[in-house]
Amino acid sequence: MSRRTRLTFFGVAVACFGTVLVIGFTGLPPFGDYHGVYGQVLNGVAVSLRHATDIVTSLNFDIRAFDTLGEEFILFSSVLGVVLLLRQMRKEDEQESEEGEQEGEEEHTFAGASEALRALSLVLVPTMIAIGVYIVVHGALTPGGGFQGGVILAAAPLGVFLGGRYLKMKRIAPDTLVESGEAIGALGFALVGLGGLIFVGIFFKNFLPFGIPGHLLSAGMQPIASIAVGLEVAGAFVLAWTEFLDQAMLMSDEEDG
Amino acid sequence: MSFLPFAVAAWLFLVGLYGIVASQNLIRTIISLTIVQASTYVLLLSIGYRTGGQAPIFADIPATSNAVDPVVQVLMLTDVVVEATITALLLALAIQAHKRFGSLDPHELRALTD
Repeated sequence: MSRRTRLTFFGVAVACFGTVLVIGFTGLPPFGDYHGVYGQVLNGVAVSLRHATDIVTSLNFDIRAFDTLGEEFILFSSVLGVVLLLRQMRKEDEQESEEGEQEGEEEHTFAGASEALRALSLVLVPTMIAIGVYIVVHGALTPGGGFQGGVILAAAPLGVFLGGRYLKMKRIAPDTLVESGEAIGALGFALVGLGGLIFVGIFFKNFLPFGIPGHLLSAGMQPIASIAVGLEVAGAFVLAWTEFLDQAMLMSDEEDG
Repeated sequence: MSFLPFAVAAWLFLVGLYGIVASQNLIRTIISLTIVQASTYVLLLSIGYRTGGQAPIFADIPATSNAVDPVVQVLMLTDVVVEATITALLLALAIQAHKRFGSLDPHELRALTD
């Protein structure tokens, strides 16, 4: 199909779709006037029932934890897919790069990595780890939680890469560590659910003391679930990024000859 | 102007869709898909908004305060995770397509057109 016919088809289809979309949107509640009962009830009772002050985290890791289990395994399996897709091609070059690593001379440096950028990455990496851990453990109290903190944690090793030290980044976050971190996080979240099944008879029902609202160790199982998810998300993202960066390295090696 | 957030959502959706159809480069197609997905964030968040409502975090506001709907915010969080994973998978596929066909133009992907 030529580009022209394709765009003509698209024009007709999108006109029909746009009309239906506008008709559909007129049926929505007016902006700012939403009265969904479920959300209002949760806003009213979640603090007293769950002792967590962040209702979003409360929903994620307690009230709708079962959905989060599915969400977490979407992440897990799709990162597995990325690894499967990209790693099979790496094999042919693996021999060479391993030899290079042993010699310790294969360090890739980038033209953009100035001394100032390196100094900045030195400051950035510990700061990001601190912020990431803070966001993960305070998920039940303030905005944040395992997903958000996990991504910040995953960005920390990238600071080393930004400083032009890719092989060093791989030494700080070796594949086996990252892979097992991801797996342990995924397993940990499922174990939190099983804990509910074992101790109180219902999957993902809270089985830990609630504590005092606003304290770090409160909201029952939510901080533990948050840490498990944080570990999984951080592992998953570092793993995916490493696979992509490996590809970039392979391609630049090929170009260099 | 209360229809504006919904108009933005519809516009993002349609513009992203156009990008997917018209794109000559797989990477651009993937970016267009993320724009389509961004429209769902705008839509979900604007549905759950309540005039004068605060964030549903009661750490420093009274428990009876008017707050926006937390359920759609959780849905949006799920949406973000799904978007990130889909993008990663599609980019991996684009790398494979480039290795195999030497091009990122969808028209050059012979196995699809034959």
